[in-house]
Amino acid sequence: MTALPLLAIRDLTVEFATRRGTVQAVRQVDVSIAKGETVGIVGESGSGKSVTSYAVMRILDRAGRIAGGEVGFSGIDLRAATERQMRDLRGREISMIFQNPRAALNPIRKVGHQIEDVLRQHAEAGSGDAKAKAIAALEQVKIARPEERYHAYPFELSGGMCQRVVIALALACRPQLLIADEPTTGLDVTTQKAVMDLVTGLTRERGMATVLITHDLGLAATYCDRIVVMEQGRVVETAPAATIFRAPAHAYTRRLMQATPRPGATLRDLLPEGAPAAAPERARGAGAPLLAVSGLVKDYPKAKSLLSRKAAAPFRAVDSLSFTVARGESVGLVGESGCGKSTTSTMVMRLLDPTEGSIVFSGEEIGRVPAARFARHPLRPKIQMVFQDPTESLNPRWTAARAIADPLLRFRTVQGGEAIRARCEELARLVGLPVDLLDRFPHQLSGGQKARVGIARAIAPSPDLVILDEPTAALDVSVQAVVLNLLADLKQALGMSYLFVSHDLQVVRLLCDRVIVMRAGGIVEEGPTAEVLEAPKAEYTRALLAAIPRPPV
Amino acid sequence: MLRTLLDRLATTLPALAGVVVVSFLLTRVLPGDTAAYFAGPAATPQAIAQIRTELGLDRPLPEQFARYVADLARGDLGRSLTTGQPVTVDLGARLPASAELTLVGLALALLVAVPLGVAAALRQGSLVDHACRIVATAGVSLPVFFTGLLLVYAFYFVLGWAPAPLGRLDAFASPPPTRTGFFLLDSLMAGDIETFRAALAQIALPGLTLAIFALAPIARITRAAMLAVLAADFVRTARAAGLSRRRVVVTYALRNAMLPVVTTLGMVFSFLLGANVLVEKVFAWPGVGSYAVEALIASDFAPVQGFVLAMALLYTVLNLAIDLAYGLIDPRVREAA
Repeated sequence: MTALPLLAIRDLTVEFATRRGTVQAVRQVDVSIAKGETVGIVGESGSGKSVTSYAVMRILDRAGRIAGGEVGFSGIDLRAATERQMRDLRGREISMIFQNPRAALNPIRKVGHQIEDVLRQHAEAGSGDAKAKAIAALEQVKIARPEERYHAYPFELSGGMCQRVVIALALACRPQLLIADEPTTGLDVTTQKAVMDLVTGLTRERGMATVLITHDLGLAATYCDRIVVMEQGRVVETAPAATIFRAPAHAYTRRLMQATPRPGATLRDLLPEGAPAAAPERARGAGAPLLAVSGLVKDYPKAKSLLSRKAAAPFRAVDSLSFTVARGESVGLVGESGCGKSTTSTMVMRLLDPTEGSIVFSGEEIGRVPAARFARHPLRPKIQMVFQDPTESLNPRWTAARAIADPLLRFRTVQGGEAIRARCEELARLVGLPVDLLDRFPHQLSGGQKARVGIARAIAPSPDLVILDEPTAALDVSVQAVVLNLLADLKQALGMSYLFVSHDLQVVRLLCDRVIVMRAGGIVEEGPTAEVLEAPKAEYTRALLAAIPRPPV
Repeated sequence: MLRTLLDRLATTLPALAGVVVVSFLLTRVLPGDTAAYFAGPAATPQAIAQIRTELGLDRPLPEQFARYVADLARGDLGRSLTTGQPVTVDLGARLPASAELTLVGLALALLVAVPLGVAAALRQGSLVDHACRIVATAGVSLPVFFTGLLLVYAFYFVLGWAPAPLGRLDAFASPPPTRTGFFLLDSLMAGDIETFRAALAQIALPGLTLAIFALAPIARITRAAMLAVLAADFVRTARAAGLSRRRVVVTYALRNAMLPVVTTLGMVFSFLLGANVLVEKVFAWPGVGSYAVEALIASDFAPVQGFVLAMALLYTVLNLAIDLAYGLIDPRVREAA
């Protein structure tokens, strides 16, 4: 450790006043960051990694307060500083960038003006040169045509572009320390690489120190010098990035590393030792495929004015797509946001009508049945879906049992209150949800438990095909490992087919037999998972694979 | 912008056509015979029948409607049987009085409610917050005629601060030369400070009555919208960038919070037009509300239809203005339009 750290956090404790009394979110945390150093703070949700950074910036919300410890920034005691002094430090000496960049920008103010606000606040620019300096700041984050983008609103820019603007805003006044709080979560893997390369490039060039807060151990190890691992408000391990993968000292770090999907690991490898071995692979059904999609097209008409007669050319989200899913097979649908993978899965799910093309399921053409009428179709119970956000996809006023029973009640597959309850309990056991949790409401369940409820609901009517729409994207890695294993086991036990929609190639590799890489509504490459990921033929697949963070092993 | 305007106007046409049909039918199915009412209690059946023929009320309904629409197309709203004046003239004389009262009420309410709501949101659980809640609850729970009478009792009868609640100007003052029809504006334009003061004194109590009524929804929505926006990610970004509190609250939070407030404003305005009828009665205000009620009681069709149509037009224009205001505040709306 350097003699004079730029940021020294000692014994920091942060408390939150909640209805159930005070909760310590951060407990006696020690972190120190030297000038020019890049430190990663890694942990799962609830580990207190973000709260630590908010405490440093003193932007905790009203319920939170620093209960103990010291925070020093180049000799200044940040705990004792007045609000005015803090305001001068924020943005000028210490800056922050955030998760969900589009929401982090004022939606109704031009991005150029938002950068100007910061420049003027810290007297880095006057009214005469503010615009020029804001444009220069945009230029530095490699935004093409910065003069034009100066006038753009956040909703007119892509997520990656918004994150660049947030970075420009944070770096406009040349601070000494940048705190990046999950800066690439929710961004595509190629955008993630571009953003991270940009951040590290700019901070190295300026000799700035950086704190990267992330749940992704791989990302932190790739870009940081040192890594601090946090669990439940405490620092459990601090080690150089190069050694942490080779020799993780703490049991939690080992668990975290083990649960992270990585090349060479199988699904079972993600679980702690002692997990039962996977069931033997079922013989995959030969003969006619379960699902055959051919020439699928989806056009979205552009909104047109009432008075003007000419209609704009429609936007083609899915362009003559063809693929099949065999019985008992799981197929991954991979691509970056906007590639049409969700539109495709929604059409297969028959929630959206295709413009053209056919969807043959179990030998029956279902593409022609209007989505509005498919709810009463006899094949409806046979295609089910597990949604991306386990919380948002559950009715908050229904208990877990009611949520799982919903398809049973709708399809009348099981009749009678007791029979339904029995089936719910059977399903709960199947997905590993303790039966006594069945009468809880979603807000009383953890993320992993809610994911199990969502899966139990999907398999309740004994479907042949389950569409998994990024089912683990909102989960912590350790929970993700368990849920992915559960999905694989269920597939073996029940003989279902999966259509797995994801942007995460590592996860797809673990779960899928075959993978389809999509871009701009079409298929770029398709084949057995191992083949596509080990020896990609398409340039685009290679770019996707190259963008995955590679920690030094 | 012009395209948006035309598009929006085009969508209001079916609504207006509906209003024409419904207001016509409603006035016909209402109980009460116009001819009998105007012939007087001592009239012979022959006299009543004669009046009915004169008014065209003996014709089949479709024919009456066709004639009504034809008149409407020429800008003729018919003649009021009670006042003997063309309805357009009556409305033209009375509409500004109602509009002035409503706008004064709305402006007063906005001036108090928005700062109150913002303060309540910034200091959640403080005295200001409780005051905001009490004002809001009181505002909605007291009917306007009651607050109106209470204000008259306190400020005219007991304290003697306000002039007699008898219309827009006291009997001895002469109205300012008509330009906008709003006495406050006209007197200022004419440079007549004395008339301005007199008009202001007259409008103070009814304006306040309406303002108390309008205060509650605006203050509540402002508070709720501010709370939501203050918890938004971009406010956190602004704070993390070290922007001043004033800038964070006004430029970042308040402007975003104005979107729901503007929407509520449209609704509040329409409530106020309804509340106007009672307030005009209490303060003997010569507005369209009291005019329409009197006409309705007398089964005088033409003014009622004219009133309904005028109100519908007013709503349309108001909603259009709100949509345009939305576009000014929120660039996303501009794009979508």
